[in-house]
Amino acid sequence: MSDDIEAKVSEYIAGTILKQPDRAIDPQEKLISSGLIDSFHLVDLSLYVEDTFGVHLDDTELNAESFDTLAALAAIIRSRQ
Amino acid sequence: MTPVTTFFSRLQHLYETDPERTAIIWMHAREPEHPMTRRDLIRQAAGYAAALAAAGVRPGEVVILILQHSESLAAAFFGAVLHGAIPSIMPFLTEKLAPDSYRRSLKSLFEVTHPAAVVTYPEFAAELQDAIPAGGSVRSVLLSSEVAPVPEPDFPALRGSERLPGDVVLLQHSSGTTGLQKGVALSHEAVFRQLASYGKAIRLAPDDVVVSWLPLYHDMGLIAGFLMPLLSGIPLVLMSPFDWVRAPYKLMQAVSQHRGTLTWLPNFAFNFCAQKIRDRNLEGVDLASWRAVINCSEPMHYQSHRLFYERFRAHGLRESALATSYAMAENVFAVTQGGIDRAVTVDTISQRGLLIDRVARAAADGEETMRMLSCGAPLPNVEVRVVDDARGDLPERHLGEVMLRSDCMLTGYYRRDDLTEKAFHNGWYLTGDLGYMADGEVYITGRKKDLIIVGGKNVYPQDLESLASEVPGIHPGRVVAFGVYNEEMGTEEVVIVAEKDAEAEYPAGAGPEALSNEIRARVTRGSDIALRQVAVVERGWLLKTSSGKIARSANRDKFLAGKAVTAGG
Repeated sequence: MSDDIEAKVSEYIAGTILKQPDRAIDPQEKLISSGLIDSFHLVDLSLYVEDTFGVHLDDTELNAESFDTLAALAAIIRSRQ
Repeated sequence: MTPVTTFFSRLQHLYETDPERTAIIWMHAREPEHPMTRRDLIRQAAGYAAALAAAGVRPGEVVILILQHSESLAAAFFGAVLHGAIPSIMPFLTEKLAPDSYRRSLKSLFEVTHPAAVVTYPEFAAELQDAIPAGGSVRSVLLSSEVAPVPEPDFPALRGSERLPGDVVLLQHSSGTTGLQKGVALSHEAVFRQLASYGKAIRLAPDDVVVSWLPLYHDMGLIAGFLMPLLSGIPLVLMSPFDWVRAPYKLMQAVSQHRGTLTWLPNFAFNFCAQKIRDRNLEGVDLASWRAVINCSEPMHYQSHRLFYERFRAHGLRESALATSYAMAENVFAVTQGGIDRAVTVDTISQRGLLIDRVARAAADGEETMRMLSCGAPLPNVEVRVVDDARGDLPERHLGEVMLRSDCMLTGYYRRDDLTEKAFHNGWYLTGDLGYMADGEVYITGRKKDLIIVGGKNVYPQDLESLASEVPGIHPGRVVAFGVYNEEMGTEEVVIVAEKDAEAEYPAGAGPEALSNEIRARVTRGSDIALRQVAVVERGWLLKTSSGKIARSANRDKFLAGKAVTAGG
C-alpha cells in the first residue's frame, strides 16, 4: 500500500510537474530544497494529493521543513488517511 | 501641476496629518492580519535612520536591504530615506539557492553600487559576513533585530531633510549577476512625477485600496504595490509572494474582506489564480469592489484575461476590471495604461503579417489570426515612438523598437555611465522591446534583446548559460538558454540546450539524463530559476553565427522545429 502512494506521487511529479515521464524519483531525493519542484508547482502537488488520497496539506506545510522527499510526503499522507 | 517634493517631506506630512491612519495591513501566513499605522511605520523607520546614523552611514550613500517581506523591510526602506541614504532592496536567500551563487551575486552588487551598509535579519548575518569583501565599501552590517523604534521622530534633525528633489532616492535592480550590474537610480522628483501622472491615468482616489503580493525588489511591487499607495496615503493590503504562491486564494479573500479596488499582476498570475484555487476557498468571496486588475511586467495574453474572468465572474468580478499596463523601472514604472475608462482594446491581426511582413494588419483569407492586448495609451507625461534599426520613425502598425521620453526617467544606471549612455539615443530611451502603435495605443509583441521573463521576473540567458557550462561533461560555452511560451501557465518557461563534450563518456548505466539532471540542479541552485526542459545534444548541434557566436534565436528555432518533428513522428 505504501509503495503505491510513493509510486503514484512519483509518477505525478515526473510526468506532470517535471514533464519527464521516464524519470525515476528516488524516495530520498530532495524535492523542494533542491529546486526540483519549484514554488509555482507546490500548489499543484497539494491539489493532486488531496484529489488522489483525500489528504489535505495546508499551504503553510508546502515547504522543505514539512517534507522534502517522496518518503516524507508519503509518510504524511499515510498518517492522515 | 507636478508636485516637486521629496520622500522625506511627504513622510513627514503623512505623519503629521493623520498618524493613526492605517498605512499597511500585513497578511502573513500563520498569523492574524496586522494593521500598521503611519505612526508605527515612521517610528520604526526613524529607528533605522538612527541606527544608520550611529553606524556612520552618510546621506547619499547606498544601503542594501536583505530582509523578508515584512514590517522590518518597510521600516528599513523608509529609515534609509529619513536618514538621506539610498535604499536598494535585494531578494533574500531562499533555501534552494546555493549560498556560493548568492555570495557571487552580492559581490557583483557590492562592486558596482559601493554600499556603505547592509541591513539584514540575524539568521543571515554569518552568511553575509562571508560575502563582504575585506577592504570594500561596506562599513557596517545592521541586524533588524537590534533596531528599536524611536518614540517621537525629530524631523528637522533627520538628515533626510537635506535631500533635494533632484537627488537619487532609491536604486532598483533586476535579478541575476547581469541584472545586479544595472541599478536603476531614480530621483525623488522622477518618482513623484510618475505617481502624479499614473495616479491620473488610473483615476486614483482616496477611497481606493491596493491589494498586493508582489515582491518589493521588483518595480511593479515597489512602485505600484508599495510606494504609490503609501506616499499617496492610500491603504495597502500586503502579503508576501512566498505565501501567495502557496495559497493564491488569499489574494481573492483579501480583496473581498478589505474591499480592494486595485491590484497589479504579471500575466502568469491570471492563469495561476484561475487554475489553482478550489471552490471551497472562494465561498462568500465577493470581488465586485475590484475596479482594476492590471496585467503588467511580462507579455500579456488575451487568453489569460478570459480564463481569469470566466473563473471569477461568479464571484462578482467585473469584466471592466481587466486592465493592462506597459511599464519599466527606467521610467519609474508605467509607460502606458489601458482598460480604465473603457475595456482593453483587443487588436485581431494576421499572424503572418506580424511575423513575416512585420506589420500588424488584418488577416487575409485563410491566414491565421492572433489577438493582441493593447497596453493602452502613453501616460500624459510620456512620449512613445516606434523606430526601425536606423532609428527612423515607422508608420502606424509597423513593428519596430519602442523608444520613450518622459520627465520621470531614471537618473542613470548607478555608477555605470557607460550603460546609461548606451541606453539613450538623442534623449530617447531605447527599451529593447518590439511593438507597434495603432490609434494612439501601444502594443508590445516581443523583445529585441535575448531577455527571458519568467513569472514577471527578468532572467538574462547568459547567467544561466554560464551556470550550465560549469557542469563536467558539458562543453563550456556551448550552451544556449531561451524562453518558450507555455500557454497553460501564461508565462515563458526556460529551456537549455547544451552540447556534451566530445570526449565525455556518460557514467555507467546513465545517458544524457544524468547530465541534464546536473544542469537542472546547478542552474536552480545558482539562479533560483527552475528549468522546464534541458536537452543534452551531441557536439556540433548548436548553430553559430558567421562570427562564431552561438545565436540564441536560431537555436531556439532549431530546437522547436526538432521537437515538432519528434512529436509528429
